[in-house]
Amino acid sequence: MSISINGALAELPQDPRVSLLDFLREDLHLAGTKKGCNQGACGACTVLVDGERILSCLALAVQYDGRAVTTIEGLAEGGVLHPLQQAFIEHDGFQCGYCTPGQICSAIGMATEARRGAASHVTADLTAAVTLSREELQERMSGNLCRCGAHNGIIDAIGEMVAAELAA
Amino acid sequence: MTPFTYARAADPDDALRLAARDGTAYLGGGTNLVDLMRETIAQPARLVDVSGLPGAIEETDEGGLLIGAAVRNSALAEHRLVRTRYPVLGRALLAGASAQIRNMATVGGNLLQRTRCAYFYDSDGSRCNKRAPGSGCDAVAGFNRNHAILGASPACVATHPSDMCVALAALDATVQLQSAQGARTLPFAELHRLPGEHPERDTMLAPGELITAIALPPLPAAARSTYRKVRDRASYAFALVSVAAVIELDGDRIADVRIAFGGVAHKPWRAARAEALLRGGPATPAAIRAAAAAEFADAAPLRDNGFKVELATRTLVATLGDLVGATA
Repeated sequence: MSISINGALAELPQDPRVSLLDFLREDLHLAGTKKGCNQGACGACTVLVDGERILSCLALAVQYDGRAVTTIEGLAEGGVLHPLQQAFIEHDGFQCGYCTPGQICSAIGMATEARRGAASHVTADLTAAVTLSREELQERMSGNLCRCGAHNGIIDAIGEMVAAELAA
Repeated sequence: MTPFTYARAADPDDALRLAARDGTAYLGGGTNLVDLMRETIAQPARLVDVSGLPGAIEETDEGGLLIGAAVRNSALAEHRLVRTRYPVLGRALLAGASAQIRNMATVGGNLLQRTRCAYFYDSDGSRCNKRAPGSGCDAVAGFNRNHAILGASPACVATHPSDMCVALAALDATVQLQSAQGARTLPFAELHRLPGEHPERDTMLAPGELITAIALPPLPAAARSTYRKVRDRASYAFALVSVAAVIELDGDRIADVRIAFGGVAHKPWRAARAEALLRGGPATPAAIRAAAAAEFADAAPLRDNGFKVELATRTLVATLGDLVGATA
């Protein structure tokens, strides 16, 4: 049983009780992914599995045999920050930084969902093309809490990323 | 977490075989079960992972939908036919949890979510008949703002947490089950039960029985449907009350209407009384309010949740009002 973490294969834990979050942090020493509530309420542990955002605290690692996980450590390329990481810096998208890895992984997953046309709770017409207004971004990012209150900067940073994508 | 063994099922027969022993639980996305296991509220000796079982979303010959139990909540919400034909279901799904959880959670697992009653979760400090049968209920005389106003019992006043299930109740869905005794189909309204003397039992499933699919009957082309959820914050919170509604108009008369409430009972609450009063009549706020009054005539609010009667009434008026006012 093996799993790909940021492109490198790793052996899954023997004990099925180990969450994907604890596996990343305690076994692989990838401490970028954060443990906030450990009960699926805060989003700090968000990682990407095959490009989809999930909560690693509610995921048993064994259940992800053969899957490809991307964590915050896997986003920069060749020492260059991912555009969203850079945007978080430029827009003051954090204070303490604890929720940041989860926010960034979540936003990357969110952009993928929007690109394929997924609607949200605040989408007026479920059959129309997606427009990522500020309200849409807030709703789509509601699974990631920031206790410092940096949400406005977070949404600004994500807004810059999705705007750049649309322009590209 | 109490130690357990883990096995992945390749198909439903494999799942039933693996789950033949006592103490086995099926694992979907784990978004509720893993949390319950961490809190030692659930202590299965064996998990059978059914999250990878085959099963897609298919249109049936009659124009309905057949939804495999392992389909993820997000995939169902995104499906073209859900968005175009069953907006009540799409909206209910999108109102539930967060995007991360919807990506993990299976449809079958959503049906088997357990209540979020805080006393049920407080295994160290509270009495709960659902968690420990016969121990008592600390919610009845406790903080019960989130609790049931209909169909509760002295043993349990918990509510069912799912949004999706409220939509399925209004859509007259059926649930396809498989067990060692064979396959059977259950009307959705008969899947969940009221607490009575046995709140530890949420559903009518037999031990080891596996949910394989959910079937939606076709909706008439003229039917309009939606889901409205009222909660303490704008997003990512369980419902105080919610309404799933499907309506067909004949001129300004209601030809047919189906209504289910969430957040008010131990199961999604199909409002048969209100429906009967509304059918054939006008879709006016006064008529809808009168229908809600009949539905909630037997409501038995607790100390903190009397507001739910008026909130559910107003939510129904607003929801049906929106559907009637909509042009399509």
